[in-house]
Amino acid sequence: MHSTGFTVMFAAAVCGVCSVFVAGSAVSLKERQETNKVLDRQGKVLDVAGLVGEGEDLSAQEISARYEKNIKPELITLKTGEPAEGDAATFDQKRAASDPATSEAAPANSAKVMRLPNEALVFKIEQEGKLKGLIVPIEGKGLWSTLYGYLALQADARTIKGITFYQHGETPGLGGEVDNPRWKALWKDRLAFNEGWEPQISVKKGTAGSAEEDPYQVDGLSGATITSRGVTHLVQFWLGEHGYGPYLEKYRKANGIQ
Amino acid sequence: MSSQSREALVDPLFNNNPIALQVLGICSALAVTTKLETAVVMTAAVIAVLLGSNVAVSIIRNMIPPSIRIIVQLTIIASLVIITDQVLKAFVYDISKQLSVFVGLIITNCIVMGRAEAYAMQNPPGLSAIDGLGNGLGYGVVLLSVGFVRELFGSGKLFGVTILQPVTEGGWYVPNGLMLLAPAAFFLIGIFIWAVRAWKPEQIEEDFRVGALLELSHEGDLR
Repeated sequence: MHSTGFTVMFAAAVCGVCSVFVAGSAVSLKERQETNKVLDRQGKVLDVAGLVGEGEDLSAQEISARYEKNIKPELITLKTGEPAEGDAATFDQKRAASDPATSEAAPANSAKVMRLPNEALVFKIEQEGKLKGLIVPIEGKGLWSTLYGYLALQADARTIKGITFYQHGETPGLGGEVDNPRWKALWKDRLAFNEGWEPQISVKKGTAGSAEEDPYQVDGLSGATITSRGVTHLVQFWLGEHGYGPYLEKYRKANGIQ
Repeated sequence: MSSQSREALVDPLFNNNPIALQVLGICSALAVTTKLETAVVMTAAVIAVLLGSNVAVSIIRNMIPPSIRIIVQLTIIASLVIITDQVLKAFVYDISKQLSVFVGLIITNCIVMGRAEAYAMQNPPGLSAIDGLGNGLGYGVVLLSVGFVRELFGSGKLFGVTILQPVTEGGWYVPNGLMLLAPAAFFLIGIFIWAVRAWKPEQIEEDFRVGALLELSHEGDLR
């Protein structure tokens, strides 16, 4: 019924029309999507910095404004902890870590981090011109998935200000409870490092005491032993010598923290 | 509304439900129904794709060379799915993050392709649109009922609002963890199919009646 020529023409026409629609939607919506991504990240950083009140629902402008006012992102060389060249506002650490040109294989570690970026982000929390804390990105394996998040420390570089995960695929209700605000609140005021500046904080199996009497442990997530262990490993890895250890050491020296 | 278009719209809800009777589109029904919010957005996405693909395929149905009709349908469906995904990422970023790959997987949802091939290839655009909407709603009925039960009993919430105060937050309700895992969706869809077939016994396939099987085996014995 149809000639071969018609069939080929028809297929080409369908492809042409479809690609116009697909390309059109991708191009016209790109700006909005990028804004969403940036806002999402800024919102999480504000959240872990404790700059968003409980139950507070911020509009897009409020998030941007509060972020601009209080958060100063900086780029560092991960190995040395020295400041690095580059635009911290647009730096994509996940992409940098997966690109062989800007990353290297990580040494064997229990957080199962495969690659380390050469350059990494640190967010400084500043309020009224005073440094109030540091935020570092963290990532590592849980049970099913890699968890991506942020850890915030107070200006003393020892006390934890907050923790949050913005992407993971753990079982909802079990490992997925890493998103539970009640559990995240348990991290506040506990100590990440011991007296000798080794990362000591860990997620316990069972219930930990209050932050004063049990400063190095956090309640485990019931029914999620492997996710809990993963969180311990990834936090300790990123605070350790292969993660932000060198940077934090320089920071302590510069600020006279013993 | 003519009886034909009413049939195209209402039939897929219970009489000829794509999930309950045709058992299509099960995979996404397991994955996105732990919460009502994601179930609603997924339903909307599937309706949009079904409607679009049915109309597009129906408009060009008399021109499509039969030898390449499946790949043409698939090209149209894939384009619509990509556009839907882009729109979700631009307007409901949080939910699109939760739905992750499942929006992309609408391409492989047999309901979409099934309707294009079985209905839109034979019917005019108006009717095809109604058929697409009806089947999307039929898919949605199952998704939302499964999502309702899973979210309510799995985490004590509906649309993220706490209904049954869980023990971990100082209440009395012990959430049923099984509800949040994939097998629960299988059980619930099974119960849904059972309920629909108890209500409409004509949907029961003859061959699978125990009586019919026994009769068959008896005949075999005699021979």
